[in-house]
Amino acid sequence: MIIETSGLRKSFRSRAGRETKTVEAVRGVDLSVAEGEIFGFLGPNGAGKTTTLRMLATLLEPDGGSAVIAGADLRKEPGEVRRRIGYVAQGGSTWDESTGREELVLHARMYGIGKADAQRRAAEALDTFELSEYADRRCKTYSGGQRRRVDIALGIIHSPKVVFLDEPTTGLDPQSRAHMWGEVRKLREMGMTVFLTTHYLDEADALCDRLAIMDHGQIVAEGTPADLKQEVLGDVVSVNAREVARAADLFGTAEYVRKVETTEQSLRLYVEDGASAIPHVLRTLDAEGVAIEGIELHRPSLDDVFLAKTGRSLRES
Amino acid sequence: MKFLRDTWLVFQRQMQLLLRNPVWVAVGIIQPMFYLLLFAPLMKQALSQGGPMTDEQAYRIFVPGMLVMVALFSAFSGFGIIAELRAGVIERNRVTPVSRVALLLGRSLRDVVQLLFQAVLVTLLAVPFGLRVAVGDALLAYLLIGLMTLLLSSTGYALGLTLRSEDAMAPMLNTVIQPIMLLAGIFLPLTFAPEWLKNVAKANPFKWATDGVRALFAGNPGDDAVWQALAILTPLTVVALIISSRTFAKSVR
Repeated sequence: MIIETSGLRKSFRSRAGRETKTVEAVRGVDLSVAEGEIFGFLGPNGAGKTTTLRMLATLLEPDGGSAVIAGADLRKEPGEVRRRIGYVAQGGSTWDESTGREELVLHARMYGIGKADAQRRAAEALDTFELSEYADRRCKTYSGGQRRRVDIALGIIHSPKVVFLDEPTTGLDPQSRAHMWGEVRKLREMGMTVFLTTHYLDEADALCDRLAIMDHGQIVAEGTPADLKQEVLGDVVSVNAREVARAADLFGTAEYVRKVETTEQSLRLYVEDGASAIPHVLRTLDAEGVAIEGIELHRPSLDDVFLAKTGRSLRES
Repeated sequence: MKFLRDTWLVFQRQMQLLLRNPVWVAVGIIQPMFYLLLFAPLMKQALSQGGPMTDEQAYRIFVPGMLVMVALFSAFSGFGIIAELRAGVIERNRVTPVSRVALLLGRSLRDVVQLLFQAVLVTLLAVPFGLRVAVGDALLAYLLIGLMTLLLSSTGYALGLTLRSEDAMAPMLNTVIQPIMLLAGIFLPLTFAPEWLKNVAKANPFKWATDGVRALFAGNPGDDAVWQALAILTPLTVVALIISSRTFAKSVR
Protein backbone atom coordinates (compact mmCIF):
# COMPACT_ATOMS: atom_id res chain seq x y z
CA MET A 1 0.00 0.00 0.00
CA ILE A 2 1.42 3.35 -0.94
CA ILE A 3 -0.89 5.34 1.30
CA GLU A 4 -2.17 4.03 4.55
CA THR A 5 -3.99 6.15 7.09
CA SER A 6 -5.50 5.32 10.39
CA GLY A 7 -7.87 7.44 12.43
CA LEU A 8 -6.93 10.78 10.84
CA ARG A 9 -8.79 13.57 12.56
CA LYS A 10 -9.00 17.32 12.25
CA SER A 11 -11.29 19.89 13.78
CA PHE A 12 -11.42 23.64 13.33
CA ARG A 13 -12.60 26.28 15.68
CA SER A 14 -14.74 28.87 14.04
CA ARG A 15 -16.06 32.03 15.55
CA ALA A 16 -19.56 33.24 14.90
CA GLY A 17 -20.08 36.43 16.86
CA ARG A 18 -19.12 35.76 20.43
CA GLU A 19 -19.49 32.02 20.30
CA THR A 20 -16.71 29.71 19.27
CA LYS A 21 -17.79 26.51 17.63
CA THR A 22 -15.70 23.44 17.02
CA VAL A 23 -16.30 21.88 13.66
CA GLU A 24 -15.10 18.33 13.26
CA ALA A 25 -14.03 18.42 9.65
CA VAL A 26 -12.48 14.97 9.52
CA ARG A 27 -13.55 12.35 12.04
CA GLY A 28 -11.30 9.35 11.83
CA VAL A 29 -10.36 8.41 8.29
CA ASP A 30 -8.88 4.97 7.62
CA LEU A 31 -7.95 4.17 4.10
CA SER A 32 -5.40 2.41 2.01
CA VAL A 33 -4.42 3.17 -1.54
CA ALA A 34 -2.52 0.72 -3.72
CA GLU A 35 0.44 1.72 -5.81
CA GLY A 36 -0.39 2.77 -9.36
CA GLU A 37 -4.12 3.28 -8.96
CA ILE A 38 -6.31 6.31 -9.38
CA PHE A 39 -8.04 6.65 -6.07
CA GLY A 40 -10.94 9.04 -5.74
CA PHE A 41 -12.53 10.81 -2.84
CA LEU A 42 -16.16 11.46 -3.67
CA GLY A 43 -18.43 13.59 -1.54
CA PRO A 44 -20.34 16.83 -1.34
CA ASN A 45 -18.66 20.15 -0.57
CA GLY A 46 -17.76 20.35 3.08
CA ALA A 47 -17.49 16.58 3.51
CA GLY A 48 -13.87 16.86 4.61
CA LYS A 49 -12.22 15.73 1.38
CA THR A 50 -9.95 18.73 0.96
CA THR A 51 -9.05 18.79 4.64
CA THR A 52 -7.98 15.14 4.46
CA LEU A 53 -6.00 15.80 1.31
CA ARG A 54 -4.28 18.80 2.88
CA MET A 55 -3.32 16.73 5.88
CA LEU A 56 -1.84 14.04 3.66
CA ALA A 57 0.07 16.70 1.71
CA THR A 58 1.65 18.03 4.96
CA LEU A 59 -0.14 21.36 4.65
CA LEU A 60 -2.28 20.84 7.69
CA GLU A 61 -1.29 19.13 10.89
CA PRO A 62 -3.71 16.36 11.94
CA ASP A 63 -5.18 16.48 15.44
CA GLY A 64 -4.92 12.72 15.70
CA GLY A 65 -4.27 9.53 13.79
CA SER A 66 -1.39 8.50 11.62
CA ALA A 67 -0.49 8.03 7.99
CA VAL A 68 2.32 6.51 6.00
CA ILE A 69 2.77 7.86 2.49
CA ALA A 70 5.22 6.29 0.04
CA GLY A 71 7.03 4.79 3.00
CA ALA A 72 7.41 8.01 4.99
CA ASP A 73 5.59 8.74 8.22
CA LEU A 74 3.43 11.82 7.85
CA ARG A 75 3.82 13.07 11.40
CA LYS A 76 7.43 12.11 12.07
CA GLU A 77 9.03 13.00 8.77
CA PRO A 78 6.89 15.50 6.85
CA GLY A 79 9.98 16.69 4.96
CA GLU A 80 10.44 13.21 3.54
CA VAL A 81 6.74 13.01 2.62
CA ARG A 82 7.06 16.33 0.77
CA ARG A 83 9.90 14.97 -1.34
CA ARG A 84 7.84 11.95 -2.37
CA ILE A 85 4.51 13.54 -3.16
CA GLY A 86 3.11 16.17 -5.48
CA TYR A 87 0.11 18.29 -4.65
CA VAL A 88 -2.14 20.24 -6.96
CA ALA A 89 -4.43 22.63 -5.13
CA GLN A 90 -7.97 23.37 -6.18
CA GLY A 91 -7.56 27.11 -6.65
CA GLY A 92 -4.51 27.06 -8.90
CA SER A 93 -0.92 27.91 -8.10
CA THR A 94 0.54 30.06 -10.84
CA TRP A 95 1.62 33.67 -10.63
CA ASP A 96 0.17 35.97 -13.29
CA GLU A 97 3.43 37.71 -14.14
CA SER A 98 5.55 34.57 -14.47
CA THR A 99 5.72 32.34 -17.50
CA GLY A 100 4.80 28.68 -17.36
CA ARG A 101 8.39 27.67 -17.95
CA GLU A 102 9.72 29.91 -15.18
CA GLU A 103 7.20 28.49 -12.75
CA LEU A 104 8.15 24.93 -13.61
CA VAL A 105 11.89 25.52 -13.35
CA LEU A 106 11.56 27.34 -10.05
CA HIS A 107 9.29 24.68 -8.61
CA ALA A 108 11.65 21.89 -9.63
CA ARG A 109 14.53 23.76 -8.03
CA MET A 110 12.60 24.06 -4.78
CA TYR A 111 12.84 20.30 -4.60
CA GLY A 112 16.63 20.61 -4.70
CA ILE A 113 16.92 19.76 -8.38
CA GLY A 114 19.87 21.38 -10.18
CA LYS A 115 19.39 24.13 -12.74
CA ALA A 116 20.11 22.16 -15.91
CA ASP A 117 18.01 19.21 -14.77
CA ALA A 118 15.18 21.54 -13.78
CA GLN A 119 15.19 23.12 -17.22
CA ARG A 120 15.15 19.74 -18.90
CA ARG A 121 12.27 18.56 -16.71
CA ALA A 122 10.33 21.76 -17.38
CA ALA A 123 10.71 21.30 -21.14
CA GLU A 124 9.59 17.69 -20.84
CA ALA A 125 6.56 18.56 -18.74
CA LEU A 126 5.58 21.36 -21.11
CA ASP A 127 5.73 18.88 -23.93
CA THR A 128 3.79 16.18 -22.08
CA PHE A 129 0.95 18.55 -21.27
CA GLU A 130 0.95 20.25 -24.68
CA LEU A 131 2.01 23.59 -23.29
CA SER A 132 5.23 24.18 -25.23
CA GLU A 133 3.50 26.72 -27.44
CA TYR A 134 2.63 28.95 -24.48
CA ALA A 135 5.65 28.14 -22.32
CA ASP A 136 7.18 31.59 -22.49
CA ARG A 137 4.01 33.61 -22.19
CA ARG A 138 2.89 34.97 -18.87
CA CYS A 139 0.43 32.85 -16.95
CA LYS A 140 -2.18 35.60 -16.95
CA THR A 141 -2.65 35.03 -20.69
CA TYR A 142 -3.51 31.33 -20.24
CA SER A 143 -6.97 29.83 -20.52
CA GLY A 144 -8.50 27.98 -17.57
CA GLY A 145 -7.60 24.62 -19.06
CA GLN A 146 -4.02 25.65 -19.85
CA ARG A 147 -3.55 27.00 -16.33
CA ARG A 148 -4.86 23.76 -14.90
CA ARG A 149 -2.39 21.79 -17.00
CA VAL A 150 0.46 23.96 -15.72
CA ASP A 151 -0.76 23.26 -12.18
CA ILE A 152 -0.62 19.53 -12.84
CA ALA A 153 2.80 19.82 -14.48
CA LEU A 154 4.00 21.69 -11.38
CA GLY A 155 2.66 18.91 -9.18
CA ILE A 156 4.69 16.23 -10.92
CA ILE A 157 7.83 18.10 -11.95
CA HIS A 158 9.95 16.23 -9.38
CA SER A 159 8.57 12.78 -10.41
CA PRO A 160 6.75 12.05 -7.15
CA LYS A 161 5.45 8.61 -6.27
CA VAL A 162 2.04 9.94 -5.32
CA VAL A 163 0.24 12.96 -6.65
CA PHE A 164 -2.73 14.56 -4.90
CA LEU A 165 -5.22 16.43 -7.07
CA ASP A 166 -7.83 18.52 -5.33
CA GLU A 167 -10.93 18.83 -7.55
CA PRO A 168 -8.88 18.71 -10.76
CA THR A 169 -11.74 19.57 -13.10
CA THR A 170 -13.84 21.99 -11.08
CA GLY A 171 -14.56 25.11 -13.09
CA LEU A 172 -13.47 23.66 -16.43
CA ASP A 173 -15.68 23.55 -19.51
CA PRO A 174 -16.77 20.07 -20.69
CA GLN A 175 -14.08 19.84 -23.33
CA SER A 176 -11.23 20.79 -21.00
CA ARG A 177 -12.69 18.37 -18.46
CA ALA A 178 -12.50 15.46 -20.85
CA HIS A 179 -8.98 16.54 -21.75
CA MET A 180 -8.04 16.64 -18.06
CA TRP A 181 -9.28 13.09 -17.51
CA GLY A 182 -6.82 12.07 -20.19
CA GLU A 183 -4.04 13.90 -18.36
CA VAL A 184 -4.89 12.16 -15.10
CA ARG A 185 -4.78 8.77 -16.79
CA LYS A 186 -1.44 9.78 -18.26
CA LEU A 187 -0.09 10.24 -14.74
CA ARG A 188 -1.07 6.68 -13.92
CA GLU A 189 0.64 5.48 -17.08
CA MET A 190 3.77 7.32 -15.95
CA GLY A 191 3.71 5.08 -12.89
CA MET A 192 2.31 7.50 -10.36
CA THR A 193 -0.40 6.84 -7.85
CA VAL A 194 -3.12 9.46 -8.17
CA PHE A 195 -5.28 10.51 -5.26
CA LEU A 196 -7.99 12.94 -6.26
CA THR A 197 -11.09 14.50 -4.81
CA THR A 198 -14.20 15.23 -6.77
CA HIS A 199 -17.84 15.95 -6.31
CA TYR A 200 -18.71 14.87 -9.83
CA LEU A 201 -20.34 11.45 -10.02
CA ASP A 202 -19.42 10.85 -13.64
CA GLU A 203 -15.82 11.77 -12.95
CA ALA A 204 -15.52 9.38 -10.02
CA ASP A 205 -17.15 6.69 -12.11
CA ALA A 206 -15.14 7.12 -15.27
CA LEU A 207 -11.76 7.99 -13.88
CA CYS A 208 -11.20 6.21 -10.59
CA ASP A 209 -10.00 2.66 -10.16
CA ARG A 210 -11.21 2.76 -6.62
CA LEU A 211 -12.97 5.33 -4.54
CA ALA A 212 -14.09 6.25 -1.09
CA ILE A 213 -17.32 8.08 -0.50
CA MET A 214 -17.03 10.69 2.19
CA ASP A 215 -19.73 12.43 4.12
CA HIS A 216 -19.58 14.53 7.29
CA GLY A 217 -15.91 13.83 7.81
CA GLN A 218 -16.15 10.08 7.55
CA ILE A 219 -15.76 7.45 4.88
CA VAL A 220 -19.12 5.79 4.35
CA ALA A 221 -18.16 3.38 1.56
CA GLU A 222 -15.05 2.23 -0.23
CA GLY A 223 -14.44 0.06 -3.28
CA THR A 224 -14.30 0.05 -7.07
CA PRO A 225 -17.13 2.03 -8.66
CA ALA A 226 -18.63 -1.21 -10.01
CA ASP A 227 -18.47 -3.01 -6.66
CA LEU A 228 -19.97 -0.10 -4.81
CA LYS A 229 -22.90 0.04 -7.18
CA GLN A 230 -23.43 -3.68 -7.13
CA GLU A 231 -23.16 -3.92 -3.38
CA VAL A 232 -25.92 -1.43 -2.96
CA LEU A 233 -28.61 -2.74 -5.23
CA GLY A 234 -27.29 -4.56 -8.27
CA ASP A 235 -28.73 -3.84 -11.72
CA VAL A 236 -32.28 -3.18 -12.73
CA VAL A 237 -33.87 -4.79 -15.80
CA SER A 238 -37.05 -3.03 -16.75
CA VAL A 239 -39.45 -4.66 -19.17
CA ASN A 240 -42.23 -2.86 -20.96
CA ALA A 241 -45.15 -5.21 -21.53
CA ARG A 242 -48.94 -5.05 -21.78
CA GLU A 243 -49.59 -7.81 -19.34
CA VAL A 244 -47.45 -6.51 -16.52
CA ALA A 245 -49.20 -8.42 -13.77
CA ARG A 246 -48.94 -11.77 -15.55
CA ALA A 247 -45.30 -11.13 -16.37
CA ALA A 248 -44.56 -10.25 -12.78
CA ASP A 249 -45.88 -13.60 -11.58
CA LEU A 250 -43.32 -15.36 -13.75
CA PHE A 251 -40.39 -13.98 -11.80
CA GLY A 252 -41.71 -14.24 -8.23
CA THR A 253 -39.70 -17.38 -7.58
CA ALA A 254 -36.77 -16.90 -9.95
CA GLU A 255 -33.47 -17.33 -8.11
CA TYR A 256 -31.54 -14.59 -9.87
CA VAL A 257 -34.17 -11.94 -9.16
CA ARG A 258 -33.86 -10.19 -5.82
CA LYS A 259 -36.98 -8.11 -6.00
CA VAL A 260 -39.84 -7.45 -8.42
CA GLU A 261 -41.61 -4.14 -8.75
CA THR A 262 -44.39 -3.23 -11.12
CA THR A 263 -45.64 0.03 -12.48
CA GLU A 264 -48.49 0.54 -14.93
CA GLN A 265 -46.57 -0.31 -18.06
CA SER A 266 -43.38 -1.80 -16.82
CA LEU A 267 -41.89 -4.46 -14.72
CA ARG A 268 -38.73 -3.77 -12.75
CA LEU A 269 -36.51 -6.68 -11.86
CA TYR A 270 -33.64 -6.13 -9.42
CA VAL A 271 -30.87 -8.51 -10.31
CA GLU A 272 -27.26 -8.94 -9.33
CA ASP A 273 -25.84 -8.80 -12.82
CA GLY A 274 -28.04 -7.38 -15.52
CA ALA A 275 -26.06 -8.63 -18.50
CA SER A 276 -26.42 -12.28 -17.55
CA ALA A 277 -30.01 -11.89 -16.38
CA ILE A 278 -31.43 -10.48 -19.62
CA PRO A 279 -31.26 -13.74 -21.64
CA HIS A 280 -33.06 -15.58 -18.79
CA VAL A 281 -35.70 -12.90 -18.62
CA LEU A 282 -36.29 -12.99 -22.37
CA ARG A 283 -36.44 -16.78 -22.47
CA THR A 284 -38.95 -16.92 -19.62
CA LEU A 285 -41.18 -14.30 -21.20
CA ASP A 286 -40.97 -15.96 -24.60
CA ALA A 287 -41.80 -19.39 -23.21
CA GLU A 288 -44.98 -18.04 -21.64
CA GLY A 289 -45.89 -16.02 -24.72
CA VAL A 290 -45.76 -12.62 -23.05
CA ALA A 291 -45.25 -10.00 -25.72
CA ILE A 292 -42.80 -7.25 -24.76
CA GLU A 293 -42.45 -3.77 -26.15
CA GLY A 294 -39.03 -3.03 -24.82
CA ILE A 295 -36.37 -4.12 -22.40
CA GLU A 296 -33.86 -1.90 -20.72
CA LEU A 297 -30.89 -2.43 -18.47
CA HIS A 298 -30.39 0.21 -15.84
CA ARG A 299 -27.15 0.20 -13.94
CA PRO A 300 -27.25 2.05 -10.64
CA SER A 301 -25.28 5.25 -10.49
CA LEU A 302 -22.90 6.33 -7.78
CA ASP A 303 -25.61 8.72 -6.72
CA ASP A 304 -27.77 5.69 -5.88
CA VAL A 305 -24.86 4.45 -3.76
CA PHE A 306 -24.53 7.79 -2.03
CA LEU A 307 -28.26 7.85 -1.43
CA ALA A 308 -28.19 4.37 0.04
CA LYS A 309 -25.29 5.19 2.36
CA THR A 310 -26.26 8.65 3.55
CA GLY A 311 -29.97 8.95 2.94
CA ARG A 312 -29.34 11.99 0.73
CA SER A 313 -28.67 12.46 -2.92
CA LEU A 314 -25.30 13.90 -3.81
CA ARG A 315 -26.97 16.08 -6.39
CA GLU A 316 -29.03 17.76 -3.71
CA SER A 317 -26.30 18.24 -1.14
CA MET B 1 23.97 24.82 2.50
CA LYS B 2 20.37 24.11 1.59
CA PHE B 3 19.07 27.14 3.46
CA LEU B 4 21.33 29.58 1.62
CA ARG B 5 20.58 27.97 -1.72
CA ASP B 6 16.84 28.15 -1.04
CA THR B 7 17.05 31.78 0.05
CA TRP B 8 18.95 32.64 -3.11
CA LEU B 9 16.34 30.79 -5.16
CA VAL B 10 13.45 32.74 -3.64
CA PHE B 11 15.38 36.01 -3.79
CA GLN B 12 16.24 35.53 -7.45
CA ARG B 13 12.66 34.85 -8.38
CA GLN B 14 11.43 37.90 -6.48
CA MET B 15 14.06 40.13 -8.07
CA GLN B 16 13.17 38.84 -11.50
CA LEU B 17 9.52 39.74 -10.97
CA LEU B 18 10.47 43.11 -9.51
CA LEU B 19 12.63 44.05 -12.48
CA ARG B 20 9.97 42.87 -14.89
CA ASN B 21 7.65 45.62 -13.70
CA PRO B 22 9.81 48.68 -13.13
CA VAL B 23 6.97 51.08 -12.28
CA TRP B 24 8.28 51.09 -8.73
CA VAL B 25 11.44 52.86 -9.85
CA ALA B 26 9.42 55.80 -11.12
CA VAL B 27 7.30 55.82 -7.98
CA GLY B 28 10.45 55.57 -5.90
CA ILE B 29 11.82 58.72 -7.53
CA ILE B 30 8.66 60.77 -7.76
CA GLN B 31 7.58 60.36 -4.14
CA PRO B 32 10.83 61.58 -2.56
CA MET B 33 10.95 64.40 -5.11
CA PHE B 34 7.62 65.67 -3.82
CA TYR B 35 9.04 65.82 -0.33
CA LEU B 36 12.31 67.38 -1.41
CA LEU B 37 10.62 70.04 -3.50
CA LEU B 38 7.40 70.74 -1.66
CA PHE B 39 8.16 70.03 1.97
CA ALA B 40 11.87 70.56 2.61
CA PRO B 41 11.81 74.36 2.02
CA LEU B 42 8.91 74.65 4.44
CA MET B 43 10.73 72.64 7.03
CA LYS B 44 13.86 74.70 6.66
CA GLN B 45 11.88 77.82 7.49
CA ALA B 46 10.26 76.13 10.46
CA LEU B 47 13.57 74.89 11.80
CA SER B 48 15.12 78.32 11.34
CA GLN B 49 12.95 79.60 14.18
CA GLY B 50 15.56 78.13 16.52
CA GLY B 51 18.33 80.05 14.73
CA PRO B 52 19.47 80.61 11.14
CA MET B 53 20.12 77.43 9.18
CA THR B 54 21.90 76.60 5.94
CA ASP B 55 20.42 74.34 3.25
CA GLU B 56 23.02 71.74 4.09
CA GLN B 57 22.00 71.65 7.73
CA ALA B 58 18.34 71.44 6.85
CA TYR B 59 18.82 68.54 4.44
CA ARG B 60 21.01 66.71 6.95
CA ILE B 61 18.01 66.65 9.25
CA PHE B 62 15.38 66.13 6.60
CA VAL B 63 16.86 63.42 4.35
CA PRO B 64 17.48 60.90 7.16
CA GLY B 65 13.87 61.37 8.25
CA MET B 66 12.71 60.67 4.74
CA LEU B 67 14.85 57.55 4.49
CA VAL B 68 13.34 56.21 7.70
CA MET B 69 9.88 57.00 6.39
CA VAL B 70 10.49 55.07 3.19
CA ALA B 71 11.83 52.17 5.26
CA LEU B 72 8.70 52.21 7.41
CA PHE B 73 6.59 51.78 4.31
CA SER B 74 8.22 48.42 3.64
CA ALA B 75 5.67 47.02 6.09
CA PHE B 76 3.30 47.27 3.12
CA SER B 77 5.01 44.11 1.84
CA GLY B 78 2.07 42.37 3.49
CA PHE B 79 -0.18 43.33 0.60
CA GLY B 80 2.03 41.49 -1.85
CA ILE B 81 1.99 38.34 0.21
CA ILE B 82 -1.81 38.37 0.36
CA ALA B 83 -1.88 38.41 -3.43
CA GLU B 84 0.55 35.49 -3.52
CA LEU B 85 -1.53 33.66 -0.97
CA ARG B 86 -4.62 34.13 -3.10
CA ALA B 87 -2.86 32.94 -6.24
CA GLY B 88 -1.89 29.73 -4.42
CA VAL B 89 1.82 30.43 -4.73
CA ILE B 90 2.50 30.23 -1.00
CA GLU B 91 0.76 26.90 -0.70
CA ARG B 92 2.65 25.61 -3.71
CA ASN B 93 5.88 26.64 -1.99
CA ARG B 94 4.87 25.07 1.29
CA VAL B 95 4.26 21.69 -0.24
CA THR B 96 7.91 21.48 -1.31
CA PRO B 97 10.75 20.78 1.12
CA VAL B 98 12.07 24.33 0.62
CA SER B 99 13.28 26.04 3.80
CA ARG B 100 10.52 28.09 5.45
CA VAL B 101 13.01 30.71 6.60
CA ALA B 102 14.17 31.00 2.99
CA LEU B 103 10.60 31.68 1.83
CA LEU B 104 10.57 34.70 4.12
CA LEU B 105 14.17 35.83 3.85
CA GLY B 106 14.32 35.64 0.06
CA ARG B 107 11.35 37.99 -0.10
CA SER B 108 12.55 40.33 2.63
CA LEU B 109 15.99 40.63 1.06
CA ARG B 110 14.32 41.64 -2.18
CA ASP B 111 12.61 44.41 -0.20
CA VAL B 112 15.95 45.44 1.29
CA VAL B 113 17.60 45.67 -2.12
CA GLN B 114 14.69 47.66 -3.48
CA LEU B 115 14.76 50.03 -0.52
CA LEU B 116 18.50 50.55 -0.55
CA PHE B 117 18.27 51.41 -4.22
CA GLN B 118 15.63 53.98 -3.33
CA ALA B 119 17.70 55.28 -0.38
CA VAL B 120 20.73 55.87 -2.58
CA LEU B 121 18.50 57.60 -5.09
CA VAL B 122 17.00 59.89 -2.45
CA THR B 123 20.46 60.75 -1.16
CA LEU B 124 21.74 61.56 -4.62
CA LEU B 125 18.67 63.63 -5.43
CA ALA B 126 19.28 65.69 -2.29
CA VAL B 127 22.86 66.50 -3.27
CA PRO B 128 21.91 69.26 -5.73
CA PHE B 129 19.81 70.77 -2.93
CA GLY B 130 22.91 71.09 -0.78
CA LEU B 131 23.24 67.79 1.10
CA ARG B 132 26.79 66.66 1.86
CA VAL B 133 27.60 63.35 3.54
CA ALA B 134 30.74 61.20 3.80
CA VAL B 135 30.50 57.86 1.96
CA GLY B 136 31.41 55.83 5.04
CA ASP B 137 28.75 57.53 7.13
CA ALA B 138 26.18 57.03 4.41
CA LEU B 139 27.00 53.32 4.16
CA LEU B 140 26.56 52.89 7.90
CA ALA B 141 23.26 54.76 7.64
CA TYR B 142 22.18 52.39 4.86
CA LEU B 143 22.97 49.48 7.14
CA LEU B 144 20.53 50.88 9.68
CA ILE B 145 17.94 51.47 6.98
CA GLY B 146 18.47 47.94 5.67
CA LEU B 147 17.94 46.47 9.14
CA MET B 148 14.78 48.50 9.53
CA THR B 149 13.51 47.24 6.19
CA LEU B 150 14.24 43.65 7.12
CA LEU B 151 12.38 44.14 10.39
CA LEU B 152 9.37 45.85 8.87
CA SER B 153 8.97 43.83 5.71
CA SER B 154 9.13 40.54 7.61
CA THR B 155 6.58 41.90 10.07
CA GLY B 156 4.45 42.92 7.09
CA TYR B 157 4.64 39.36 5.70
CA ALA B 158 3.66 37.86 9.03
CA LEU B 159 0.71 40.26 9.26
CA GLY B 160 -0.39 39.54 5.70
CA LEU B 161 -0.24 35.78 6.20
CA THR B 162 -2.15 36.08 9.47
CA LEU B 163 -4.83 38.56 8.40
CA ARG B 164 -5.15 37.21 4.84
CA SER B 165 -7.20 40.15 3.64
CA GLU B 166 -6.30 43.56 2.30
CA ASP B 167 -9.37 44.97 3.97
CA ALA B 168 -8.09 44.01 7.39
CA MET B 169 -4.50 44.86 6.56
CA ALA B 170 -4.93 48.49 5.44
CA PRO B 171 -6.53 49.95 8.59
CA MET B 172 -4.21 47.85 10.74
CA LEU B 173 -1.06 49.22 9.09
CA ASN B 174 -2.32 52.78 9.07
CA THR B 175 -3.19 52.66 12.74
CA VAL B 176 0.18 51.26 13.71
CA ILE B 177 2.43 53.19 11.35
CA GLN B 178 0.98 56.66 11.92
CA PRO B 179 1.98 56.98 15.59
CA ILE B 180 5.30 55.28 14.90
CA MET B 181 6.02 57.86 12.21
CA LEU B 182 4.98 60.82 14.32
CA LEU B 183 6.87 59.57 17.36
CA ALA B 184 10.04 58.95 15.38
CA GLY B 185 10.51 62.66 14.70
CA ILE B 186 10.69 61.97 11.00
CA PHE B 187 9.53 65.36 9.81
CA LEU B 188 10.50 67.58 12.71
CA PRO B 189 13.16 66.47 15.18
CA LEU B 190 11.77 65.71 18.61
CA THR B 191 14.09 68.31 20.15
CA PHE B 192 11.16 70.68 19.76
CA ALA B 193 8.76 68.33 21.54
CA PRO B 194 7.45 68.88 25.08
CA GLU B 195 9.05 66.70 27.73
CA TRP B 196 6.21 64.16 28.00
CA LEU B 197 6.18 63.59 24.25
CA LYS B 198 9.93 63.00 24.27
CA ASN B 199 9.44 60.39 26.97
CA VAL B 200 6.73 58.60 25.02
CA ALA B 201 8.93 58.63 21.92
CA LYS B 202 11.69 56.81 23.81
CA ALA B 203 9.55 53.68 23.65
CA ASN B 204 9.59 53.86 19.84
CA PRO B 205 12.53 51.93 18.39
CA PHE B 206 12.29 53.94 15.19
CA LYS B 207 12.93 57.15 17.10
CA TRP B 208 16.32 55.67 18.00
CA ALA B 209 16.85 54.61 14.43
CA THR B 210 16.03 58.09 13.15
CA ASP B 211 18.44 59.63 15.65
CA GLY B 212 21.14 57.20 14.57
CA VAL B 213 20.71 57.93 10.87
CA ARG B 214 20.67 61.69 11.59
CA ALA B 215 23.89 61.46 13.59
CA LEU B 216 25.53 59.68 10.65
CA PHE B 217 24.31 62.24 8.14
CA ALA B 218 25.60 64.96 10.48
CA GLY B 219 29.03 63.32 10.21
CA ASN B 220 29.20 61.94 13.77
CA PRO B 221 29.59 58.15 13.43
CA GLY B 222 30.92 58.08 16.99
CA ASP B 223 27.68 59.49 18.39
CA ASP B 224 25.92 57.31 20.99
CA ALA B 225 22.78 57.37 18.86
CA VAL B 226 24.49 55.19 16.23
CA TRP B 227 25.35 52.21 18.40
CA GLN B 228 22.09 52.59 20.29
CA ALA B 229 20.15 52.31 17.04
CA LEU B 230 22.11 49.19 16.07
CA ALA B 231 21.67 47.65 19.50
CA ILE B 232 17.92 48.20 19.38
CA LEU B 233 17.25 47.23 15.78
CA THR B 234 19.34 44.05 15.61
CA PRO B 235 17.52 41.96 18.24
CA LEU B 236 14.15 43.25 17.06
CA THR B 237 14.95 42.20 13.52
CA VAL B 238 16.01 38.73 14.63
CA VAL B 239 12.79 38.28 16.61
CA ALA B 240 10.68 39.50 13.68
CA LEU B 241 12.44 37.08 11.32
CA ILE B 242 11.83 34.15 13.65
CA ILE B 243 8.15 34.93 14.21
CA SER B 244 7.55 35.61 10.58
CA SER B 245 9.23 32.48 9.26
CA ARG B 246 7.01 30.56 11.66
CA THR B 247 3.95 31.98 9.98
CA PHE B 248 5.35 30.69 6.69
CA ALA B 249 5.73 27.23 8.22
CA LYS B 250 2.36 27.20 9.93
CA SER B 251 -0.73 26.14 8.12
CA VAL B 252 -2.14 28.95 6.04
CA ARG B 253 -5.67 28.15 5.24
